[in-house]
Amino acid sequence: MTSVSATPRAVTDWARGAVGSATDNAWVRFAVRRLERLIVSVWVLLTAAFAMIHLIPGDPVRAVLGPTASPQLVQAKRHDLGLDQPLYRQYGHYLHGVFTGDFGTSLGSGLPVSQVISQRLPATLELAVLAFAVAVLLAIPIGVLMSVLTRGGRARRTELTFTSTSVVLGAIPEFLLAVALVYVFGVNLGWLPVAGRSGPDSYILPVLSLAIGPAAVLARIVRVEMLAVLQADFVRTARAKRLRAAAIYLKHALPNAVTATLTLGGLLLSAMVAGTVLVENVFAWPGLGSTIVQSILAKDYPLVQGIVFVYGIGVLAVNLVVDVALALLDPRSAIRES
Amino acid sequence: MAELRFEDVTVRFGSGRRALTAVDGVQLTVPSGGVVGLVGESGSGKSTLARAAVGLTPLAGGRILLDGVPVRPSAGRRPMQMVFQDPYSSLDPRMRIGDSVAEALPRRGPEAVTGSARRAEVARLLELVDIDPARAGHYPAQLSGGQRQRVALARALAGRPDVIIADEITSGLDVSIQGTVLNLVRDLQRQLGMSLLFISHNLAVVRYVASSIAVMYLGRIVEHGPTDQVLNDPQHPYTRDLLAAVPDTGGAGMLDEPHPDPRVRAVADAEPADPHAPPPGCRYHPRCPIGPLVLADREICRITEPSTDHRHHAACHFATAKDTAEIGSTS
Amino acid sequence: MTATSTTTVAPSEPVIRAPRSGPAARWLAVLRTPVGASAGLLLAAVLIMAVLAPILWTDDATKIDTSAIGQGSSSAHWVGTDALGRDLFFRVLVATRLSIGLALLATLIAVGAGLILGTLPALVGRRLGRLVTALVNIAVAFPGLLLALFFAVIFGIGAKGAVLAIGFAGAPAFARLAQTLVAGVSERDYIAAARVAGVGRFRIVLRHVLPNIAEPLVVNATIGAGGALLGFAGLSFLGLGVQAPSYDWGRLLGEGLNGIYVHPAAALAPGVAVVIAGLAFNLFGEAVAKGLGQSVVVGHLPPLPRRRPARADGTEQAAQAASDSDTVLDVRDLTVTFPGPAGPVRPVRGVTLSIRRGEAVGVVGESGSGKSLTALALAQLIEEPGRVEAARLDFLGTDLTAGARAHRHLLGTKFAMVFQDPMTSFNPSRRIGGQLAELVREHGGLSRAEARTRAVDRLRAVRVPAPERRARQYPHEFSGGMRQRAMIALGMMGAPALIVADEPTTALDVTVQRQVLRLLDSIRTADDVAILLISHDVAVVGQVCERVLVMYAGRIVEDLPSAELLTGALHPYTRALVAAVPDMRTDLHQPLAVIPGRPVSPAEQPRGCAFAPRCPLATDKCEQEDPALVAHGPGHFVACWHAHG
Repeated sequence: MTSVSATPRAVTDWARGAVGSATDNAWVRFAVRRLERLIVSVWVLLTAAFAMIHLIPGDPVRAVLGPTASPQLVQAKRHDLGLDQPLYRQYGHYLHGVFTGDFGTSLGSGLPVSQVISQRLPATLELAVLAFAVAVLLAIPIGVLMSVLTRGGRARRTELTFTSTSVVLGAIPEFLLAVALVYVFGVNLGWLPVAGRSGPDSYILPVLSLAIGPAAVLARIVRVEMLAVLQADFVRTARAKRLRAAAIYLKHALPNAVTATLTLGGLLLSAMVAGTVLVENVFAWPGLGSTIVQSILAKDYPLVQGIVFVYGIGVLAVNLVVDVALALLDPRSAIRES
Repeated sequence: MAELRFEDVTVRFGSGRRALTAVDGVQLTVPSGGVVGLVGESGSGKSTLARAAVGLTPLAGGRILLDGVPVRPSAGRRPMQMVFQDPYSSLDPRMRIGDSVAEALPRRGPEAVTGSARRAEVARLLELVDIDPARAGHYPAQLSGGQRQRVALARALAGRPDVIIADEITSGLDVSIQGTVLNLVRDLQRQLGMSLLFISHNLAVVRYVASSIAVMYLGRIVEHGPTDQVLNDPQHPYTRDLLAAVPDTGGAGMLDEPHPDPRVRAVADAEPADPHAPPPGCRYHPRCPIGPLVLADREICRITEPSTDHRHHAACHFATAKDTAEIGSTS
Repeated sequence: MTATSTTTVAPSEPVIRAPRSGPAARWLAVLRTPVGASAGLLLAAVLIMAVLAPILWTDDATKIDTSAIGQGSSSAHWVGTDALGRDLFFRVLVATRLSIGLALLATLIAVGAGLILGTLPALVGRRLGRLVTALVNIAVAFPGLLLALFFAVIFGIGAKGAVLAIGFAGAPAFARLAQTLVAGVSERDYIAAARVAGVGRFRIVLRHVLPNIAEPLVVNATIGAGGALLGFAGLSFLGLGVQAPSYDWGRLLGEGLNGIYVHPAAALAPGVAVVIAGLAFNLFGEAVAKGLGQSVVVGHLPPLPRRRPARADGTEQAAQAASDSDTVLDVRDLTVTFPGPAGPVRPVRGVTLSIRRGEAVGVVGESGSGKSLTALALAQLIEEPGRVEAARLDFLGTDLTAGARAHRHLLGTKFAMVFQDPMTSFNPSRRIGGQLAELVREHGGLSRAEARTRAVDRLRAVRVPAPERRARQYPHEFSGGMRQRAMIALGMMGAPALIVADEPTTALDVTVQRQVLRLLDSIRTADDVAILLISHDVAVVGQVCERVLVMYAGRIVEDLPSAELLTGALHPYTRALVAAVPDMRTDLHQPLAVIPGRPVSPAEQPRGCAFAPRCPLATDKCEQEDPALVAHGPGHFVACWHAHG
């Protein structure tokens, strides 16, 4: 009943079929599918970043220069930014720029956007990666321990304490936590620095403020997933095999709980990437987060565009890593067709 | 009362190399007012055929005819209705059972039921299936599995269908309750004269309800004929295998002595075929006790697909040829 | 009207007591739990504050007092004052309305847009639907704050822009949720039935899909409101949200941060307010989710009573069993108790049985009979909060009542279990060979290589083709029948004396079932292994086993040789059960035999004989006293006051 037509769908079907027949391997198919999705996502991201400026109601150039600037100045600036060209030409120019590393020039500082970004990116990257590591290293052992202790309705008081603590911690947004930590450790106790990025101890508070909330949420998720997995039929089989308790929890239950945790963990990590924006503002951290806020307020659109794009790529990279890890841990998910 | 005819029906899922042909060139007729039992195991395509008949799955080839006219999904009266397997998901848990049944009443056309007549009609239908009409305001959660199946039956009848398709309607019920639903189905069919396509994997149940049986394997109908003939004198090796595998409380044991011939034993342990990659030639040959894996001179089974020009339309190269008495009868 | 309308014979068919199952009643039930009540109260307090505070305290909040600039906490100003001398405590309270109001507005936008995007694929054609789905999937990968920043650039700075930004930033997540929920509902048969009945697409979405996804959607919306609140606070904190002279908590927080060294309360007070309000939304949403979703029965069993003396019904069978020296399993008076909403529930009560080497015993029963739990209890696999008690539970002469831990190795190597669902009984992320080998490495001390060889050997013994290759595969690469055979191979890794198979072939096709049952039988004859086969299928049990135990409502009601099942069964339930199963010789001219009524659920076990309400021979005595299991012939025991002689 369905007729074959030369639509893009048919072309991709054919391409997929061709590649599939070349190597009828589930892994290759998975890699191809994933790559496909990545390319499309990047393209959507680029287009969105490009469109962002053009969707702003009103005239962006005038917004930058102010209402009192003369029409000639506005016109000159518009020509400077290439905004007087037809849309598709601008789009082509933009894409070309992205692939050659030219993201335009910052209106505020006059420096190339790529330079500003590459100066500020390492600080943000460090923060995000460290926070993620801390969150995972805290959450997984605590979550597993809690699930073992509280399974089948045991240790109600422990469960209540754990749940309420993690709920409260998870409900505090990172910037509030940051402010609270600044108050306690910076103002009151004076133990740790609260601004800027200098020695190792200047990392502690920013990383903690980023990591604690997600760690609490993740620990709770790990516990819930472990409890669910412990109910699964194959765990019953493992118990019927009379394996040692540790073997059942760590070798059978945990790997299967991790796969479900990983998806949510990926979301948390992406949220953490966004959280750097807020935390950097509290600690005056020299990263992309503080820059983007200033540039939005200053209407420095090329810079905003560039930073939005970089953040987007970061999120896509996280998703890719999560998907690959998932595929490695759970072979079925790689086989599953979309 | 209408005749349902499947003409060379094919249903395919997916596309390209990894397409799955769930139903492959099926020819089947349910005579007007008759009951045909469709038997098969998992992967046979029987449920897909049912869903294609009521328009839930598109056809990749062939036609489905009702009284000779192709079935066209349209608003108004739907002459073909279906009852599903799972009593727990066939009724909307958030709708009262009376409303579920009423929803299926035709709204337009000559048989439309509107206004206050709807309530009366719902009550009548519930009584027909032995459910107290006062319970029309209850939710499905308050009914047992057997009762829910009966409500589903009432809903199917609400559309005044000519044909009802029952897809494994008793498989999800306890044995002691199964009988209620089966008795009801049989009585209603005789009373109202609908054509019924009764699908099940349970041969004994199908024998009780249907006057003719069709056996499906890997998307094809491999045998089809009057019930007592097919069950007493099966022509296709798969039918024989199915019959032998039915556990029978008082009958011959299925755990009888293993066959002396190791090739027959090997074939008996063969894996069911994968619908994604059906074997070439006769689809049953890898499991066939009279096929090429056991008898060396039957290579034809590996190469050519058998025709159905045999008794009971059996799709086997070595089934008895069709006798003249059968040629004249309606299939 | 039909000869078989036994269902309208009133007393045997109880109407389930109509729960007040409307949505209102369910939400009210949530409020009765401690978490639900406190969260509900908190939320109500926050909402009341939002409405009342500006009415009461706007003047106090906006009164500028240049003589009291930047003060800390004092008795006059509990939280101090800001840069213009305004009292911060009242400012925080009054800011409630703007903060909550904007958050709710943003949530509304998010849910509305998300719902439209999520249900769109069900309404429009496949092509357009797939495009929408793909776009949502891409958007959902980006965290809310980034999307909010993106939209903030477009919609501009200020309250209006921020509401739109957060609203649209939240839409993809709701769209994805709505899509998942819609997809889940669309699979159900009642949607297919509606389509077959000719109901239009739009009406299906309206009448069937939306009501069934409403509850989870509302719950997530509540939690989403909490998230929107936090997001808004974040935007305002950064200066991108609410602009002066309006103020919400985020703005107050931002203003307070600058003076945190001098004046910490100015920053902490709005922070505390944000956390409390966010918690209120989140907790309430989660409490509702828990209340509407799961109904986990939380209960505690009373402490173990003193051991009751062994019941009379067990002694006759037990006497017979004890005399046999090759008894593999000897069970007397096995009881399983679970906590229930109205007191302890006993799905298994007083089961007595014994099995000898090489014997095949079947347990047959319908839903609620307790047969599967009996198997689990025998295998010592029932965990808290369930409890297993028995007067005697001997396996190969060893008393198991001490608990499973003490006899780990014995049970691991000599007691094999085959479970019902082959699809889920193996660990999906490990290879089959490893899962088999694990058993003997743990209990037999075999090396890796030896264990691997043994596993392959066992797979070959259960006739899995190409066992070396198969051992390296994952469970999902096996078919259902092959997986069951692998389960049996797992049990054979040790040298089992008993295989307990709980509905091993229920999920399999009948031809595959025959293969598996033949395999079990060949193991029994070859290795003298005892088999306990549990099934709802009388015919299967009758074919495979020498002896059959019929269970009803947690008790064994008849224990007889399988040869007598068809003609010599004495208990009315057994007779009815056998009669109700259609087979190839059922009389086509008679209606099928039916047992009126429904199987008893463990929570509703009556005082006397549990089968009495459905039994044609029932008398008053049956309803008062539960019959004991007594002998009615060699190897034949019946629990009935009126068993046919």
